[in-house]
Amino acid sequence: MKLGRVVGKLWATAKDKKLNGLKLYLMQPVDESDRPLGSELVAVDTVGSKEGDLVYWVGGAEATFPFQDRQIPSDVTIVGLVDRLDLAEDRPA
Amino acid sequence: MELARVEGTVVATAKAGRLQGRKLLLVNLTGPDTKPTNNYLVAVDSVGAGEGEIVIVVRGSSARQTDDLTNVPTDSSIVAIVDTIELRGGTVYRKDQAKEGGAR
Repeated sequence: MKLGRVVGKLWATAKDKKLNGLKLYLMQPVDESDRPLGSELVAVDTVGSKEGDLVYWVGGAEATFPFQDRQIPSDVTIVGLVDRLDLAEDRPA
Repeated sequence: MELARVEGTVVATAKAGRLQGRKLLLVNLTGPDTKPTNNYLVAVDSVGAGEGEIVIVVRGSSARQTDDLTNVPTDSSIVAIVDTIELRGGTVYRKDQAKEGGAR
């Protein structure tokens, strides 16, 4: 999984029905110091995150598996909210 | 997923059997500002998207997870047509205000 920051929201009425009821966010991948990595991605939210939240997300085929009962057509899925990040003081810069 | 602008239709008579009857669109990937990056993809449409619309494209094996694309040989599928994009508190795109055939 990777870290990301929720930075925006998307609305789409016409969408695949497997995405119905799921929130679509713009998510900026970030490093451990909250610096942006690459450009914003469209992400499916499965944990009730809100704009501004630090989250972790899965990409690729694994992004289709957040639910027990069904698979969704997503390649970027937010699967957790970060409460706190503890970083070792002697980590490499 | 990524944002993209639909810029054309791909017509192909000779194609893999499981692609028969599928609408193929030429899309130009964009950022949240909907400005084209000139990275083009051929994507299978599963939502009835049309030229000029901003859409959401799913890539990789996830692109086969829509109801009607199981076992279809695609790695790029359009799964949604975007109405509104809000970035850092401001609305950066509204479909009903976008110019015909172009991003705002």
